[in-house]
Amino acid sequence: MYNFTYHRAGSVDSAAAKLAESGDGKLLAGGMTLLPTMKARLAQPSDLIDLNEIEGLKGITVSGGTVTIGAMTRHADVAASAEVAQAIPALAKLAGLIGDPAVRNRGTIGGSISNNDPSADYPAAVVGLGATVVTNKREIAGEDFFTGMFETALDEGEIVTAVRFPVPEKAAYFKFPNPASRYAVVGVMVASTSGGVRVAVTGAAPCVFRQSDMEKALSASFSADALAGITQDADGLNDDLHASAAYRANLVVVGAKRAVAEIA
Amino acid sequence: MTVKVTTTVNGRQVSGDVEPNTLLVEFVRENLGLTGTHVGCDTSQCGACTVHMDGKPIKSCTILAVQAEGHQVVTIEGIGAPGALHPMQAAFQENHGLQCGYCTPGMIMAGIGIVERNKGKTLSEETIRAELEGNICRCTGYHNIVKSIAAAARDM
Ligand SMILES: Cc1cc2nc3c(=O)[nH]c(=O)nc-3n(C[C@H](O)[C@H](O)[C@H](O)COP(=O)(O)OP(=O)(O)OC[C@H]3O[C@@H](n4cnc5c(N)ncnc54)[C@H](O)[C@@H]3O)c2cc1C
Ligand code: FES
Ligand code: FES
Repeated sequence: MYNFTYHRAGSVDSAAAKLAESGDGKLLAGGMTLLPTMKARLAQPSDLIDLNEIEGLKGITVSGGTVTIGAMTRHADVAASAEVAQAIPALAKLAGLIGDPAVRNRGTIGGSISNNDPSADYPAAVVGLGATVVTNKREIAGEDFFTGMFETALDEGEIVTAVRFPVPEKAAYFKFPNPASRYAVVGVMVASTSGGVRVAVTGAAPCVFRQSDMEKALSASFSADALAGITQDADGLNDDLHASAAYRANLVVVGAKRAVAEIA
Repeated sequence: MTVKVTTTVNGRQVSGDVEPNTLLVEFVRENLGLTGTHVGCDTSQCGACTVHMDGKPIKSCTILAVQAEGHQVVTIEGIGAPGALHPMQAAFQENHGLQCGYCTPGMIMAGIGIVERNKGKTLSEETIRAELEGNICRCTGYHNIVKSIAAAARDM
């Protein structure tokens, strides 16, 4: 990997200041995506600003029907959290399906959503559960956060500090993992929330999306049968050596039905 | 420009001057001479480089040496010694949990993590297989590796 200047940030404000001062600096969270990219010489940041020692960015709190997860909270800690398992079991399950144990011991929710890999799991939770992304500057509705392949609504120099998930009435996550990478070929989060039924799909398209036909059908009747006539348009879906667009379209329907069956 | 790293490896405080882009695995192998930790894929997939940081298995090829500053690192050299093997090492020996041995240090460090995460639960073969997802054995000798971890779980 190309060399860079390393900074250990002690607070979000100092991380933001260092990021602003550096020529082409990048934040370092779990490093599970950034460091492999740099090793492959696909990225050459001038500076790395390490968020790992900022205690205020870590941890999970559940109160008033909201689960708040700090940006630097590891996937393993979300997966193992009894509080998350109690409040939103689908979220604990999703975190436990990311990569492998060593990846989960380093990877963070803030890094995952900021990276917005089309096959990442967390975007399905953020959109499907109607979460809010909190940054050092503002709050962004989850569904406005993911804007395209590897693109988010974050401004230059903006830092994710936490994600707030409202506790749903019920929710389930289906994942069809790529057998080699474990990333989602297709992932579907189905949730019945106080704001209505939400179905969010990851892996299938260049960016996470809501499946509104399914949301309508499930609002009328929350049962796997309600999805009987629904198909997913393959147009615009990812088509690669892992799965064709038609296969992914079918998986979206199968996945949604299984998720609903789990909680209906 | 080099940076000074001071960290605890296998219970001993060590320090060294490294370039910021030095990986933890390079630091333990090259600066400290602890060559039991192997590099397989160098792309975060295979787990040959697994060490423990603050008691948890991580891939030492995907963390910078400077990030170990102030943390506790344990490598395969730190868990047992000839004549006083760690129960996981002993189980790998007794169950022939290795063929060429290249993946073995990482398997053992991952195996200890599996047993510790599942303390108090019965550790099924299915769980062991699922949790070994991040460790690849090129000799494909998974049966005896799984048997070894199951055996060690009874002794740990
Ligand atoms: C072998 C392997 C398997 C994997 N499998 C899966 C999987 O099945 N599902 C899945 O979802 N993911 C998977 N991942 C990715 C993993 O979840 C990563 O942890 C995640 O993509 C990146 O998070 P990170 O904390 O490591 O961030 P980093 O790699 O440190 O950072 C990623 C990007 O986000 C930026 N960033 C980080 N934190 C912030 C912040 N707080 N605010 C703003 N920007 C920030 C960084 O600058 C960088 O550009 C896998 C990774 C590996 C190596
Ligand atoms: S060498 Fe680190 S995971 Fe393969
Ligand atoms: S024993 Fe040879 S790679 Fe696993």
